[in-house]
Amino acid sequence: MPLRAGRRLMALLARLASALILLACWWLASRFVDPRTLPSPEAVAAFVGREAASGDLLRNIGITLWRVVASFVLAMATGAVLGIALGRSRTADRLLDTPLLVLLNTPALIVTVLAYIWLGLTETAAILAVALNKMPNVAVILREGARGLDPGLEEMAQAFRYDRRTWIRHVLLPQLEPFAVAATRSGISLAWKIVLVVELLGRPNGVGYAISYYFQLFDVAALIGYSLVFSAVMLAVDALLLQPLDAHARRWR
Amino acid sequence: MPAAGDKIPSAAGLRREAAAPILTLTVRRKVYRPADAAPVEAVRDLAVSVRAGETLCLIGPSGAGKTTTLRILLGLDRDFEGSLATAPDLRIGMVFQEPRLLPWRSVEENVRLSLPRPERGRSLDALFDELGLAEWRDRYPRALSLGMARRVALARALALAPGLLVLDEPFVSLDDAAAASLRAAVFGSAGSRGAAVLMVTHNVPEALAVADRLLLLSGRPARLAGEVALPTPRAERGRDWLEATRRDLAAKFPGTVAEG
Repeated sequence: MPLRAGRRLMALLARLASALILLACWWLASRFVDPRTLPSPEAVAAFVGREAASGDLLRNIGITLWRVVASFVLAMATGAVLGIALGRSRTADRLLDTPLLVLLNTPALIVTVLAYIWLGLTETAAILAVALNKMPNVAVILREGARGLDPGLEEMAQAFRYDRRTWIRHVLLPQLEPFAVAATRSGISLAWKIVLVVELLGRPNGVGYAISYYFQLFDVAALIGYSLVFSAVMLAVDALLLQPLDAHARRWR
Repeated sequence: MPAAGDKIPSAAGLRREAAAPILTLTVRRKVYRPADAAPVEAVRDLAVSVRAGETLCLIGPSGAGKTTTLRILLGLDRDFEGSLATAPDLRIGMVFQEPRLLPWRSVEENVRLSLPRPERGRSLDALFDELGLAEWRDRYPRALSLGMARRVALARALALAPGLLVLDEPFVSLDDAAAASLRAAVFGSAGSRGAAVLMVTHNVPEALAVADRLLLLSGRPARLAGEVALPTPRAERGRDWLEATRRDLAAKFPGTVAEG
């Protein structure tokens, strides 16, 4: 399809152009202010180069990514099971709706601090804190999905005596898939922001730790450098992993 | 030594077998009890029995509890006063009014999934060829017209090798050509398999054209208003016969069969 490919190329060029304009504005602004407040793009690039050469950049980003993935998987698994249960059973929904709402509205900071107090400044506490922050969000999205199951297809599945495995794989999961993809895409960006806070409060490594360290040194180039590199990593995850997943979920539409 | 009669069933035995119903449903009462409204009586005193190979049409005004009756008959709703008995190895193939295909599975997967697990690997070539669906096997239901989607739903029901094919208003909202072609597919394939057909419809001429027996329902709660056998062979049901029979039914069952 040359038309669609052409349109995709145009969209890519537009994105690139907007990024370049932003970069130009940044460069121009940095000419006129104190370089300690707003370092120039070259200074940030030089920091990223130094940090990468020393190996700190890769190590910190690697460890933060691992925490994002671990807590995200935990939150998705528990949130999905809980959300489906709530969407399918009215009793469960009545019973657990209030605690879920409370957790949903508890600030990430409080959950994190409590996790560290109760479980100590450990890796388990950090991952659990992030997962607990993200889980209610997944549960709420998947509850919507489980509530909206097509009754006509349910009846069809019963009439044709679908066994449980067939029903889960071919009737239930495909109907939940769009909701799961939405929860994944919104969730992964939420998870990494919370991971940084959790690292800042109680971990001796990771991007969050590096940011708190350079904050104390007032090294703005380092702050911007880490933030840009990690954003780039998450953009790549979205483009290479989540968007293809989304396209797969929509292939029959 | 077994007698010859054990192996070759006698003519009387065959006749008895043909006469024994493959499904008998008696509903004394079916009441819906919604949590936030007064109970609604949907069906009262309805008896349906289906014999092997026959075509039975259930006719009634819309909203008369036909769908409820079907749900009970399929064993989907066991909350009723009465009884349902089926021949032990009876398979029922259901064609819903909306095709109810899984939109995220291909045409072929939709048909295959209706089969019990051990039979899923079976070749379906003959069935797809018979229904003219061979070139649609890999497509998703979204690509199908309503007529084609109903055809896939029919294939899904026939794949089970059903003893009874149940159809809920199968030809409604199709244009004449699509309806005629689907009708030929339904009765052709049911006939060649010896499957009984139970069709729910509110279209009297349609029922008269195909049925061996009519069951007429009255409005809510659905009750059996009458049972009419149509012994005239299908080939001999001309326009005059249809018109005369319809007028006769309209006079006898004014609540069910409209004048016109």
